[in-house]
Amino acid sequence: MSESITLTVNGRPVTVPKGSMVSAAISRAGVQAFRTSVSGRPRGPLCGMGICLECRVTIDGRPHCRSCQIPCCPGMEVQTDG
Amino acid sequence: MGNPSFDVIIAGAGIVGAACAAELAAAGLEVAVLESDMVGSGATAAGMGHIVVMDDSEAQFALGRYSLNLWHELSERLPASCEYQVCGTLWVAADEDEMEEARRKGRYYSRHQIESEILDPQALADAEPALRPGMAGALRIPGESVLYPPAAARFLIDQALQQGAQLWVGKPATELTGGRARLADGSSLAAGCTVNAAGCGALRITPQLVQWVRPRKGHLAITDRYPGLISHQLVELGYLKSAHASESDSVAFTLQPRPTGQLLIGSSRQFGPADSSVEAPLLGRMLRRACRYLPPLADLSVIRAWTGFRAATPDNLPLIGPCPGVDGLYLATGHEGLGITTSLGTAKLLADQILGRKSEIPAQPYLPSRMLKKETLNLARQPLRPETGSHRDTETQRSEGLSDSSLCTLRLGGKS
Ligand SMILES: Cc1cc2nc3c(=O)[nH]c(=O)nc-3n(C[C@H](O)[C@H](O)[C@H](O)COP(=O)(O)OP(=O)(O)OC[C@H]3O[C@@H](n4cnc5c(N)ncnc54)[C@H](O)[C@@H]3O)c2cc1C
Ligand code: FES
Repeated sequence: MSESITLTVNGRPVTVPKGSMVSAAISRAGVQAFRTSVSGRPRGPLCGMGICLECRVTIDGRPHCRSCQIPCCPGMEVQTDG
Repeated sequence: MGNPSFDVIIAGAGIVGAACAAELAAAGLEVAVLESDMVGSGATAAGMGHIVVMDDSEAQFALGRYSLNLWHELSERLPASCEYQVCGTLWVAADEDEMEEARRKGRYYSRHQIESEILDPQALADAEPALRPGMAGALRIPGESVLYPPAAARFLIDQALQQGAQLWVGKPATELTGGRARLADGSSLAAGCTVNAAGCGALRITPQLVQWVRPRKGHLAITDRYPGLISHQLVELGYLKSAHASESDSVAFTLQPRPTGQLLIGSSRQFGPADSSVEAPLLGRMLRRACRYLPPLADLSVIRAWTGFRAATPDNLPLIGPCPGVDGLYLATGHEGLGITTSLGTAKLLADQILGRKSEIPAQPYLPSRMLKKETLNLARQPLRPETGSHRDTETQRSEGLSDSSLCTLRLGGKS
């Protein structure tokens, strides 16, 4: 079996295979709204390749990280708006 | 479009043309507005929207203060889309020389009925904790505001339309004379008088303006949303060190909090370039300078950068009034970096002249006929003192504690 990594999404532990992107971990945690638009609408990944910026979340306190482009690390703390 | 006749035809629906249309329509005149692109495009779409009173000259101050008061009066009626906020201005002093200028400016404003307050280093750090430590202090002008200029232009045009004005979008004026406006499609409209309020586009309509108005390019950048990082519009007082700022390219630190939590970063000034592309070296200088004042900026994402053109005159004052040599043509352009602010005062002064009303402040300093005097034009050959401060900044390249690599974290990405 491939190695796995545990991180937290909105404070809850999630375990994913090594090499997973943060966006995958967020989906696995059952979260759909990654962030909220200026007008208060829920937003989530669209392009999956770093272009659309719809998948931004806060990672280890740093806001506006593109979760589709950042691999999961052990102990990472991910925070979404939704 | 038939061949209707109007009291006034205005070319340009930037914030200046829009304000003039609203003022003239409210006075009962039949107004038509010709806009080549869209309402609130041009410099109005590119600008920062800081409603600020500057005191490079008494005339500049008088028009600024008059306009600030008009914005205050109008503010209750501005729709939410204009994002009008009285956040106040902080003129930030980096050292004792700049603090001396802050005190001078404060005394001048207070003497002229604009509330101001000197902040010592501690008070400044309390007011804006994200600024770099060790600042000498600041001058706070609590009554100044920010807004979103294209929405304000739209609001002013809507006011005019409600009073019966007509708007033609996609209809560039090619020639304005006293009696008529000629359009690009060859047709013409008859009018009692015409107003050239086409910003930098005014030069193409009225060729003699080329001697008096020069486009001055500026860059701005905007970050992603980081609510709460700053609460005032911040402007540096650093231009003092480059007393002769200048014909050459320059940057100055100015930073505006947007209601979304985004930060609008400014700005640069350049004579010469006609093309509107973003120039990475100058943008880099501008962003490095901003990071020196507000170090946390270096870790934020810039999502967009763009440029605009200010219509600059030799004496830094706008052209408001009859165009010498063309009977019945009025000018309302040349507002350089202050046209968002001074649009409302301009509209009053222009309407006063067209209607023969007495104006509340003297109109004479802004009359285009001053350009016929050699002294005024000669100013163009002398170094200009820029209106919101500007820095020759070889010094920025040396940048305090900030290497070029720290700029890399200002990641240029896509939309918000
Ligand atoms: C980077 C930058 C920052 C700025 N920051 C500030 C600030 O913080 N505060 C402030 O007060 N000012 C600021 N300004 C200045 C301000 O933006 C301008 O002075 C102001 O927008 C000028 O308005 P305007 O209506 O005269 O011109 P514009 O906004 O340029 O409008 C002219 C209009 O005329 C139209 N037009 C052009 N040619 C024709 C034609 N032939 N026929 C018909 N229509 C035509 C254009 O499409 C446009 O809509 C800034 C400017 C820049 C570039
Ligand atoms: S999903 Fe488009 S940038 Fe991440």
